[in-house]
Amino acid sequence: MALLSGLGLAALVAPDAAQARYPWEFPTPVTPVAKETLWVHNIFLTFISIVFVVVLSIMLYSLFFHRKSRGAKAASFTAPRTKLQFALSTIPFLILAFVDYVVMGIPAYHAVLAMANTRAGSQMVVKVTGMQWKWQYEYPGLHIKYLSTITTPQAQIHDQAPKNKHFLRQVNHPLVLPVNEKIRVILASKDVIHSWWVPAFGVKEDSIPGFLRETWVKIDKPGVYRGQCAELCGVGHAFMPVVVDAVSDDQFKQWVAKEQAREQAAKAQQAAATAVTYTEAQLVTMGQKVFTANCAACHQASGMGIPGTFPPIAAGHAFSAAPNMIAQLRKRGFITPGGKIVEGPVASHINIVLQGIAGTPMPPFGASLSNLDIASVITFERNSFGNHTGDIVQPAQVQAARAANQKP
Amino acid sequence: MPAAGAGRNRRLTIILVIVVLGFFGFGFALVPLYNSFCKLTGLNGKTGGPVKASAVAGMKVDGAREIKVGFTSAVMPGLNWKFKPLHPDMVVHPGAITTTGYVVSNPSDHAETGQAIMSIVPGRAARYFKKLECFCFHQETIKAGEFRKMKLVFFISPKVPKDVRSIIVSYSFFPVKKRS
Amino acid sequence: MNAAHAHEAHHDELPRGITRWLFTTNHKDIGRLYIGFSVIMFLVGGILAMLIRTELLRPTLLFPPEIYNQIITVHGLVMVFAAVMPATTGLANYLIPMMIGAPDMALPRLNNWGFWLLPPAAVLLVMPFFLMLFGIGNGAIDTGWTMYAPLSVQGGIGVDFAIFAIYLMGASSLLSSINIIVTIFNMRAPGMTMMKLPIFVWSWLITAFLLIAVFPPLVAGATMLFADRHFGTHFFNAAGGGDPVLWEHLFWFFGHPEVYILLLPTTGILPHILSTFSRKPIYGYKAQVYSFWAIGALSVVVWAHHMFTSGMPVAAQLYFMYATMAISIPVAVLFYCWFATIWQGSMTFETPMLFALGYIVLFGVGGLTGLVLSDAVADQQYHNSYFLVAHFHYALFGGPVMGIIAATYYYLPKITGRMYSETLGKWHFWQTLVGFNLTFIPQFFLGIAGMPRRIPDYALQFAHLNMLSSIGAYILGSAQLLLVYNLIQVMRGVGKKATTQVWEGAQGLEFTLSSPPPYHSFETQPVIQ
Repeated sequence: MALLSGLGLAALVAPDAAQARYPWEFPTPVTPVAKETLWVHNIFLTFISIVFVVVLSIMLYSLFFHRKSRGAKAASFTAPRTKLQFALSTIPFLILAFVDYVVMGIPAYHAVLAMANTRAGSQMVVKVTGMQWKWQYEYPGLHIKYLSTITTPQAQIHDQAPKNKHFLRQVNHPLVLPVNEKIRVILASKDVIHSWWVPAFGVKEDSIPGFLRETWVKIDKPGVYRGQCAELCGVGHAFMPVVVDAVSDDQFKQWVAKEQAREQAAKAQQAAATAVTYTEAQLVTMGQKVFTANCAACHQASGMGIPGTFPPIAAGHAFSAAPNMIAQLRKRGFITPGGKIVEGPVASHINIVLQGIAGTPMPPFGASLSNLDIASVITFERNSFGNHTGDIVQPAQVQAARAANQKP
Repeated sequence: MPAAGAGRNRRLTIILVIVVLGFFGFGFALVPLYNSFCKLTGLNGKTGGPVKASAVAGMKVDGAREIKVGFTSAVMPGLNWKFKPLHPDMVVHPGAITTTGYVVSNPSDHAETGQAIMSIVPGRAARYFKKLECFCFHQETIKAGEFRKMKLVFFISPKVPKDVRSIIVSYSFFPVKKRS
Repeated sequence: MNAAHAHEAHHDELPRGITRWLFTTNHKDIGRLYIGFSVIMFLVGGILAMLIRTELLRPTLLFPPEIYNQIITVHGLVMVFAAVMPATTGLANYLIPMMIGAPDMALPRLNNWGFWLLPPAAVLLVMPFFLMLFGIGNGAIDTGWTMYAPLSVQGGIGVDFAIFAIYLMGASSLLSSINIIVTIFNMRAPGMTMMKLPIFVWSWLITAFLLIAVFPPLVAGATMLFADRHFGTHFFNAAGGGDPVLWEHLFWFFGHPEVYILLLPTTGILPHILSTFSRKPIYGYKAQVYSFWAIGALSVVVWAHHMFTSGMPVAAQLYFMYATMAISIPVAVLFYCWFATIWQGSMTFETPMLFALGYIVLFGVGGLTGLVLSDAVADQQYHNSYFLVAHFHYALFGGPVMGIIAATYYYLPKITGRMYSETLGKWHFWQTLVGFNLTFIPQFFLGIAGMPRRIPDYALQFAHLNMLSSIGAYILGSAQLLLVYNLIQVMRGVGKKATTQVWEGAQGLEFTLSSPPPYHSFETQPVIQ
């Protein structure tokens, strides 16, 4: 027990650097809604603590003084006996009703209206799209759109490497927002219901496939704010963090310019990279990174997939899956009559990664990965996990496949 | 006495079974009830079907008010399409009939069929967003490599509440599974 | 009826072995079956809870996430449908005929079917785990017990198994509810007017009405889900004009009253226990009965407070917020009556009394935090966080489970004719109290700090509190083994013989029958003055 309380105390005194506050408090609120929430939370917690202590004291008094062992004689009343008693007994309920509908109810009324008002004074719109298991951020007016995926390495998740400070709450590409500006956030989903939650903003809103939802934030302090998906959305639910980088107006403008330039540069780079011929070693090294970031969530870092759901990458393994998945893989030459995985034709492999397999969980990566990424990850897959096909896929082949798909 | 008791039991049991069946039916009745509730309140930003051109004859354009309309798009997994609004942003007067559209292309190697689903924020504005022509009224089949402009003709009813100054319209293309 | 006559004929020669239990139409046998089943499923759910806390002991993955999702989902479904509901139904079967002076339930054969639908349902819930080991399917349902579409449309065969389990459990609950209502209306002893019914009977009457109103819509929803999964309908799919949020409404239209279905029977048993051990009559009988009605009525009109973050019009948010707050008033009336019942009593603290008092404190925390959650804006922060998890465990363990344990100790001597070990019972209580609070107090803080529920792995700032919570869970889990040991000892016939009245201050018709009571409770109905 001494050990237990030691652990408990350690937990209660160590301030946490990640949120800059203690781990049992609200993260420092930085939006009007979050400040309101914290205020309401404090009022309530105070109120219910008082109620709890008062009522518990009355109960403990009774437990102590009305004991048989102290010789207490039982009374026999079953209801208020006089009008005065009856009137007195309604007092607790009047107090409760007063707290419910006045102390709590009136601020809550104004808070609900304020939160619903996404329009007044908002200039900027950001569209957040949830998908299994990443977020897509889009700035409709600025022609910027990108995916934000977790960057915590699988090794840290599986305890094979020390965990860093922002374990599970780091992404390749955070949402960048200017401070002191009311931003209207609209939410959409591509598959199941997700929920976008940043505790420091006091905002949590579901993203629903097919229907828009909206909320708003106005951040008053620059900084990096972290949260995560709050609605169970499948296997990767714990691994879709939300990271928001709040910056000053000037920095935001610079970021937008850089981002737009980067988009141009990426196109040019894509063209340049496509022209280069890489060695197998280069492609495998790059491919492993791409695999970890994009494929390992389903196919696993071991490449063995998950029986019944996600097929293995390694050849020679039998696997079970939905009939549709088996049929599609067989059609593409990735499965033997005996039901084992084989390395199918290269062209078909490229198309699966580019376009996904419709009707199965395999998503298309054509939009989110470059030619080089796709070439390297396929080379990696075909020469790892016990596969030794020796096939090398160059970015030019991927570009050719893209072009072929564009043709009528 | 036992016989009379059994008769009473049976009667009450039958009544309760009918009540259970009634509530089972009520579960299904919730589907249309919920849909009409959505239409009434604009929950989910669902809008109605096509408005006939005759219905808008004599509608006045409220030139004093301006409403900003933003368009966004989404393609759900299962479709390989590229799908974008022609005009991401526009400003319209309530009552003015406006023509815009979306462009869609299918870079894959096979024809695919999709159904566009529309949603509007704020939901309160949904019932005032009227469509004369829309690609969302029917399924669209896009052939391999095809590029298509799709038309949307709409207006915002002049009755739209005064505090609605900006709305966002989203179209999501869902794949339509062909039953094999 | 014939069945009743047949029973009287075989009064002294019960069928032995399995057939006695398979074909029994006796309310006490069926009651015992329910309670035994509940204890077993409580252990199954408990083992799953221990697995959950073991995964969360440290920030690392022990199970693959898809297995973790199955564990949390089956934990929830088992605890709600296969542990708590059968326990309260078992108490109703055992006690209601005795409390109202009836020979048996009104519809004994229906009663038998009602019970025997449950074990197959439990098997359906758990079986996909084992099928997966043999390479069939991808495991049990993994969508959370709320089964939100479209995730549940996407899911594997586990979802279908769960849908069929819901059908069976729904049929079982509806049969018991009909039976209980008919029994209460038609089988009361002469002179037992409605306003003389023991308060436990009243609480079950309201519960049965609630079940009849809300379980059929869930079954309808499950049918739509099944059709969406297999027949290409679009109830919950926007592409075909449906709406995923519709499922949330259907589910919570059932799901919120369900909380009160679990809770009410134990708020009914509590006054009996408090009154017995303070040797004082129940305070505020009428006020409690009216509160049951109010709670029952309000519970079906507040469901969407579970959906404040799903997006809803302002007017709806305000309505559901204020309606939810209204429930606090009748619940507060119940608390007031409980306190007034023990006030100026002559109390002793046997195990049932300890659990009853623990109920008041823990459920009190659950209720008060529920008040906080009703605020539509603050709820944006609490919703789906560990704050919510802690809240509903205080409400559902602190309430129903503590109440069921209290009732078990209270009626055990009556049911078996033997006294249990008071020392072990007290150990059980204190270890449960310490373990429970150590498990769930840290979870309030985890939620406030931003940890969402249903994640197998978490950011480092949550590590200390999670470890504390897991240690608490082990204490809580191991405490329940004391209960099981105590039950087994009593069933083996160890312990003092119980008297007819069992407890010094016990009142009520059930305490005028011998311990254990005769096979048929009242051959000649008593007359109530």
